[in-house]
Amino acid sequence: MKAARRSPGEVLPLLAIWVPVLVSILYVVGFTLYTVWIAFTPSTLLPEYGWVGLKNYVAILHTRNWNIAAANIVVYSVCFLALTTFLGLLLAVLLDQKLRGENVFRTIFLYPLAVSFVVTGVVWGWLLNPGIGIQKVVVGLGWTDFRFDWLVDRDRALYCIVLAGAWQASGFAMALFLAGLRSVDADLMKAAQIDGAGPLRTYRRVVLPTIWPIFIAVFVILLQFAIKTFDLAVALTGGGPGISTVLPSMVVYDFMFQRGLLGRGSAAAVLQLLMLVAVLVPYGVFRRWQTLKAARNA
Amino acid sequence: MAALRIRDLHKRFGPVEVLKGIDLEIDSGDFTVLVGPSGCGKSTLLNIIAGLEKASSGDVEIGEAVVNDIQPKDRDIAMVFQSYALYPTMTVRQNITFGMECRRVPKARQDEAVDRVAKLLQIEPLLARKPGQLSGGQRQRVAMGRALVRDPKLFLFDEPLSNLDAKLRVEMRMEIKQLHARIGSTIVYVTHDQIEAMTMATRIAVMHQGSVQQFADPDTIYNRPANLFVARFMGAPPMNTVTARLEGGPDGPVAVVGQGADAIRLPAPAAVGPDWLRRPVILGIRPECIAEPTRYFSEDPAATMTISAPVELTEPTGAETIVVLRLGGEKVLGRVAPDVRMPTGAVGRFAVDTRKICLFDPTTERLIA
Ligand SMILES: Nc1ncnc2c1ncn2[C@@H]1O[C@H](COP(=O)(O)OP(=O)(O)O)[C@@H](O)[C@H]1O
Ligand SMILES: [Mg+2]
Repeated sequence: MKAARRSPGEVLPLLAIWVPVLVSILYVVGFTLYTVWIAFTPSTLLPEYGWVGLKNYVAILHTRNWNIAAANIVVYSVCFLALTTFLGLLLAVLLDQKLRGENVFRTIFLYPLAVSFVVTGVVWGWLLNPGIGIQKVVVGLGWTDFRFDWLVDRDRALYCIVLAGAWQASGFAMALFLAGLRSVDADLMKAAQIDGAGPLRTYRRVVLPTIWPIFIAVFVILLQFAIKTFDLAVALTGGGPGISTVLPSMVVYDFMFQRGLLGRGSAAAVLQLLMLVAVLVPYGVFRRWQTLKAARNA
Repeated sequence: MAALRIRDLHKRFGPVEVLKGIDLEIDSGDFTVLVGPSGCGKSTLLNIIAGLEKASSGDVEIGEAVVNDIQPKDRDIAMVFQSYALYPTMTVRQNITFGMECRRVPKARQDEAVDRVAKLLQIEPLLARKPGQLSGGQRQRVAMGRALVRDPKLFLFDEPLSNLDAKLRVEMRMEIKQLHARIGSTIVYVTHDQIEAMTMATRIAVMHQGSVQQFADPDTIYNRPANLFVARFMGAPPMNTVTARLEGGPDGPVAVVGQGADAIRLPAPAAVGPDWLRRPVILGIRPECIAEPTRYFSEDPAATMTISAPVELTEPTGAETIVVLRLGGEKVLGRVAPDVRMPTGAVGRFAVDTRKICLFDPTTERLIA
């Protein structure tokens, strides 16, 4: 009876949304659980339903690939987070100075986000390739000693991924920061101006501290970007030179689809999932605590 | 000495002229209230005085020096905002000392100043708290503390009480007035509330549509409003304004309200020029000048005149009773003693205080006499 009283315009979206919701639950939750289970089996090319306990995990944790990938992901995440936050904040603060054509700049800075990671990887691969990219151009202009060959340097190639990743994501960080800056009461800036604080002090002491929840949100979103990085790195370095820039997602891919070791690959995938959980669960708890606190203060 | 002087100040936002030639001269120690309806340009004017906004043309002088091109921090002013604008991540103490910190005042002097202000405003127990942990009234005090700690030439207040509930607003109103009496500082205070203006100000500037309509002491503003806008804006309920015709009489000019048998003849101010005779004018009379017939307005018996008028409605408020009556056919309000009850529809007797009648030019709306 109740449904009959609703107009078709209301019922249709409800009906329509159930299909994607069910499919999503099936695929996301279902296949996650399936992967967790496979990680406990001796599966190789095809799933096998035995039980090997933690053997796959132990094996993965003892491979050189995984250990390099684990170290890389820490370095990559820290650098990517630092550089992207810095660039995003810088762009946001610059855009916040009420300049003309702000919309144009905002669109330009946000645009990289719309570009596929593979395209970013390939284009930055060209730019950073010493034989055809920036180094060649600068050398061609007459600075013949100029070297910018990080992409082919074992110790530095990882930072090339950081650079490309930051280029792609800093517009996104900027958008979040800009929204935060815009939400700051304009009277606060006026008060600081009368108090005699210069622009630097106003941002450092007044504006940025009031938007600290935005910083947390940016960190968490960027960190889960970083942990999931795959296509960008594949297109840019392919894990090389050698295996110096492998990342956990590449290890997963390698075991599952290159070597045909489903059990091992699944174990690596679960380890990667645990990293994400380690980031997202504390954030979820923090958000909940914040809402509760806001509710209590209101 | 003029603490603040404003000369022919204009402000345009794009094509819109928000301030249209403001001239003000404010003496040292004055409590000046800028009052006017929302959107009339009060905050814009205050921001220009503070240096937060640039005037399109005109001069601002603080302490006899032109400050047009001087930064807000160097104007020796302090400001209290409607939103209080307390720094949310700093404690109350840090909020109060931030200005001194920016000016590199030694720590010992900062502490001294905080102690003095905290005592003055009774906010000592709050010093370690963050603004989020304070009530509206406490935040208001802290915002005042941040201004008072500076001891500036000029205090600027932008509707500092409008976010408080009615009871607290009345309390703070008195407190600010006492504070001004005690420290004798020069204050420019913006509000849209005419009662705040009347109760606190030593001088009132009534603003409307970007210009100052009248700049005078509260009594003059109330009793001799310069034009119909001021007459109707100040006072609650506002001044009654009805059309009348001026006639000569044996005892001076007479304003006739209404036609024929209903017509009421009220003595007009003697100062009205002879060329206004036999011409229509607008007569203004405050509601409290129309009272029950036993009311004694003045020693001068000629000041009081008794009239009869039909009563349309009475509104007892407790402290007084508002009466809606027909004066020569026009609807006006009167204020009678609280225990007076007048039957609706009957003809009542009223005493009118004729000394306070104002006459306005119907075309220019300016005060004639
Ligand atoms: N930055 C601005 N840009 C354009 N118009 C503005 C700006 N600031 C104020 N105004 C306009 O100027 C007028 C006066 O504003 P304001 O001084 O804030 O009024 P009040 O404080 O008397 O309510 C309003 O009509 C407002 O819309
Ligand atoms: Mg305002």
